[in-house]
Amino acid sequence: MSATKKSLNSAIVKVENLSKIFGNLKAVDNVSFEVKEGEIFGFVGPNGAGKTTTISMLTTLLKPTSGYAEIVGYDIYKEANEVRRNVGVVPQEYTADEDMTGLQNILLIADLYGISRSDSKPHAQELLKLVDLESSTNRKVGTYSGGMRRRLELACGLINYPRLLFLDEPTLGLDVQTRTVIWQYIKTFKEQYGMTLFMTTHYLEEADTLCDRIAIIDHGKLLRIGSPEELKESIGGDVITVVVKENAPDISAEIAKIELVKDVRKSENTYRIKTNLGEEASPLITDLFRNMGYM
Amino acid sequence: MDENKAKRKINSKNLAPQESPSIVPTRENRKFRPAPKLDKSPLHGLWALTNRDLRKWYTNPIQLLVSIIQPIIWLGLFGKALNFSNFIAGSGASVAQQNAILQSFFGTTSYFSFLSCGMFAFIVLFTSAFSGMSVVFDRRFGFLNKALSTPVARGAIIMSKVLQSVGRSLVQAAIILVIAVLLGMQTAHFTVQGIAGIFVVIFLMGIGLSALFTMLALRSADWQTQMAIINLLNLPLLFASNALFPPSIMPTWLQDVVRINPVSYANDATRQLMIGATGMTSLAVDFAVLIAFAVILSTIGIVLSWRYLSR
Ligand SMILES: Nc1ncnc2c1ncn2[C@@H]1O[C@H](COP(=O)(O)OP(=O)(O)OP(=O)(O)O)[C@@H](O)[C@H]1O
Ligand SMILES: [Mg+2]
Repeated sequence: MSATKKSLNSAIVKVENLSKIFGNLKAVDNVSFEVKEGEIFGFVGPNGAGKTTTISMLTTLLKPTSGYAEIVGYDIYKEANEVRRNVGVVPQEYTADEDMTGLQNILLIADLYGISRSDSKPHAQELLKLVDLESSTNRKVGTYSGGMRRRLELACGLINYPRLLFLDEPTLGLDVQTRTVIWQYIKTFKEQYGMTLFMTTHYLEEADTLCDRIAIIDHGKLLRIGSPEELKESIGGDVITVVVKENAPDISAEIAKIELVKDVRKSENTYRIKTNLGEEASPLITDLFRNMGYM
Repeated sequence: MDENKAKRKINSKNLAPQESPSIVPTRENRKFRPAPKLDKSPLHGLWALTNRDLRKWYTNPIQLLVSIIQPIIWLGLFGKALNFSNFIAGSGASVAQQNAILQSFFGTTSYFSFLSCGMFAFIVLFTSAFSGMSVVFDRRFGFLNKALSTPVARGAIIMSKVLQSVGRSLVQAAIILVIAVLLGMQTAHFTVQGIAGIFVVIFLMGIGLSALFTMLALRSADWQTQMAIINLLNLPLLFASNALFPPSIMPTWLQDVVRINPVSYANDATRQLMIGATGMTSLAVDFAVLIAFAVILSTIGIVLSWRYLSR
């Protein structure tokens, strides 16, 4: 993999001072970064950070308020059609037409790319097979489960043989097992298609396991960018997430007293615990939870 | 079932899909991304989008049934209940006098035939009005964004909405024609050219009206606003035309409105072609107005779609 990365070192996405302002809200605020060809690039940030807005601009759906971006060497504004031809998009929401079957949906998308049916028909079947939907190709999408719809969206995003695939929160709303399956598909696509992937996620953990490089965005601003290792160093150590029952008493103060713990944040029923040395801290944290009667 | 299958895959250590489909580039040739075979026809995407909408209509039995029953109800209600012949017959005039009055008002002695011709405008107007609605729902459900992320011509997206609505209008007009004849429309003046002519009229009027309603929906994601726009425009376009009543019974200011309403020219042409009515202008002028209406509005629609379809 590293060999491929070296040989494909050119930037496939170049973003310079990109901004999008809605009214007086800076959804994307003067963002600049590059994505190298062949890598999996993760865009991480909480709800409303500006991830979808950035993707919408890069996929030519939204006009930037200011700034410049180039995809596969094409200007996203002036050469929008070339950009569209070279990228695939798997949007955050489900976009397939519920009144049509899975196969009809993917063929329709192929038609919109101007791909001839003699090419798209076999390719659509291959892709549906790749995402394990071959037994449901002729069922209306309205009868699909969320996981199936997500996989159909993935297949639709690949129908034009994209060089760069945008995945906007590909695992949102999926159970842990389906999420693992989707990750597996993402790795397979990258391997088999030799594509560059640009994905967004809420979860740093998810980006950590999947991505070659990560950018952290919040309130429209790019906070950090780098490999997962670099980011962990700069954040300082590991993050341990503990999910507890709802309405359990807040024990942040106790956790913070543990020697190796640097920071504790509780949101709803999740603790995010930052430590210098995850391996040594986690047994201590587990002990604490046990002593507090959690296990 | 699929879900389970997908899950089983992780459980049984076979994480990566085993055989790579033949079309997928292998490790060796991965740098050579296969270029998709393109269809040369520029209408490829337009037809695919149009067909998507039409299929929703013709594969939905309830919608089909409604589109047959609706004209029956309208023709029955308006054509038979609003029967001006009976009004005049009640006045004690002789049959010859009655016919003279009817002829002078409606250009024909049968109000039902007069109204049947107007029904074509009615159906085209109501079908076209909803072409914009379909843009709104496509935006709402994300399909529009999906289409906009492909290189398909922006103009094709709005023209597909126009064409699907014209397609429906043509089919519904054919149904109306059959029903009107069954319910007693005069057929004495029917000719093959005349009937072909009214379908051209319906086509042109459908293009113009659907382009109008589609462009009003270009930026909207709100179906209630769209409904309000439909209601605001539809009834005036219908009543300030010669579809239901002859302009001669209207106040002069309204007659002027009728004369600038393109729907009137469609009705005028239809009545001349179908029942030999004396028109408000010549057939050539009717067609010229309709062609101009269709061309101008669809051009405006396409130009606006370049600018306003994406936000
Ligand atoms: N069309 C719009 N008009 C006004 N504000 C918008 C519009 N689209 C997005 N925003 C705002 O821009 C900000 C960024 O939204 P965006 O959808 O990019 O976030 P995100 O990072 O994708 O979040 P999520 O993880 O919830 O999907 C939000 O505050 C959102 O309310
Ligand atoms: Mg988002």
